[in-house]
Amino acid sequence: MARMKFLCDADRCIDCNACVTACKNENEVPWGINRRRVITINDGKPGERSVSMACMHCTDAPCAAVCPVSCIFSTDDGVVLHSKDLCIGCGYCFYACPFGAPQYPKLGNFGSRGKMDKCTYCAGGGGTEVSGSIEEYRKYGANRLAQGKLPLCAEMCSTKSLLAGDGEIIAEIYKERVLKRGYGSGAWGWMTAYKEGIAS
Amino acid sequence: MSFPSFKILAAVFALAVAVPAIAQEQRAPDGAAAPDANAVNEQQLLQQESRIEGRIDIPDTRARVLIQPAGRRWDYFHEMTLHRVGAIVILGMMVLLGLAFLILGRLRISAGRSGKKIKRFSAFERFSHWLTASSFVLLGLTGLNITFGKIVLLPLMGENAFSDLAQFAKYVHNFVSFAFILGLILIVTLWIKDNIPRQVDIEWIRQGGGFIKGKHAPAGRFNAGEKAIFWCALAAGAAVSVSGLLLLFPFYGTNIATMQVAQVVHAVIAVLFVALILAHIYIGTLGMEGAFEAMGTGEVDANWAKEHHDLWYVEKQAQESIGPASATSIK
Repeated sequence: MARMKFLCDADRCIDCNACVTACKNENEVPWGINRRRVITINDGKPGERSVSMACMHCTDAPCAAVCPVSCIFSTDDGVVLHSKDLCIGCGYCFYACPFGAPQYPKLGNFGSRGKMDKCTYCAGGGGTEVSGSIEEYRKYGANRLAQGKLPLCAEMCSTKSLLAGDGEIIAEIYKERVLKRGYGSGAWGWMTAYKEGIAS
Repeated sequence: MSFPSFKILAAVFALAVAVPAIAQEQRAPDGAAAPDANAVNEQQLLQQESRIEGRIDIPDTRARVLIQPAGRRWDYFHEMTLHRVGAIVILGMMVLLGLAFLILGRLRISAGRSGKKIKRFSAFERFSHWLTASSFVLLGLTGLNITFGKIVLLPLMGENAFSDLAQFAKYVHNFVSFAFILGLILIVTLWIKDNIPRQVDIEWIRQGGGFIKGKHAPAGRFNAGEKAIFWCALAAGAAVSVSGLLLLFPFYGTNIATMQVAQVVHAVIAVLFVALILAHIYIGTLGMEGAFEAMGTGEVDANWAKEHHDLWYVEKQAQESIGPASATSIK
């Protein structure tokens, strides 16, 4: 089975935020929540790079480990999903996540965060809803993976900076790019998320 | 030229050659600045800073943190360190207290009950104590649930029932905390005067609090053991209150990194606090005859007072014979 990953080729990202918009639209993400965001490092300085970041669907996901009700899990595809029915909004996943992925619909004073929301890799939800059902869509957003499609953010990336798909395949594509153009600022977040970089 | 100065000269020469080589920008074949010139590198950035931050276009500026690997360390603390140390400290204290009961048994009033009662705690003092105590028990149980519940209760209850319980427990924990803080402020205000360490406490400690020699050690209203509990409870209570409030109001002066620290402090202190209070509960109920009534009815037996708080007993007697107005302190 494929091990799904994200890879942002920062040397190609132009900070257009189309991935952010695509995600919001495709999944009807609630106000105030951004499942995907673009961050520019060294803004305005030489060597500036923009990186599109969302849930990296980590290996040994720390959010899943710390969840006090064990409502977060990895699917066979390596996608990290959670059940909003079981989530108690404690905020632990949000302390543990290295990528700032878990977010809550409310500010969270007195622990009133509401149910955690994060990138689902466009793979629906981890609850009891039928895969691809309207109930699942309302709670978690699109289930493109069940239709054989990849996450929309990566699919519509204008410079093909953001890659989604089987980890080995996208790593191979990235390696080839680095080899051809002679440089690459690395697969951002891979060491932290998957405990392996891409040797180039 | 001597040998050392030649070495220095060689070093200066090597630097003069090396520096321009480092500073020189890489150029593309057409002479333009190479697109990867000085490109930021993730591993380099992480060596300089514990997390990578940048600029973000969306209004939520908190999302400008790109990567914070410390999340994995916090995960390790929570799932490995806290689970192990917490279980060892709390179960260890239970075992210790069980052994104490088996070896020392219940500490009896040596002279037996006199039947005469002495007022030890006023109704307000008892209210303050029980406000703190009952909220502590609720906070302790709900706190342990969020750490150990998924190991102990989740397999027994099933995920839906456990999720409901954990949700309820979370709100109990969040709101009962205010009762605990109020109780803590009350007991500290009421008892700080009588808990200031004095000369007699050294003697009490030297005599092992009467546990070792079986002889009662001297003490005022509170003995050195009680004073230790008082100051530990004050310090631990303040630490869990402050760290808890920081977690209760996210992003008021905190960020994810400081919230991780606050959670570590909260969890470690709370585990130690629970162990300490287990010992306090033991000595106040099972461990010693005549101790519980001080917080129950507020009155203790005169012989208990004589044996455990001799100086306070003398003072009390003096107050009663002379009258409260002209009583002199013999603490």
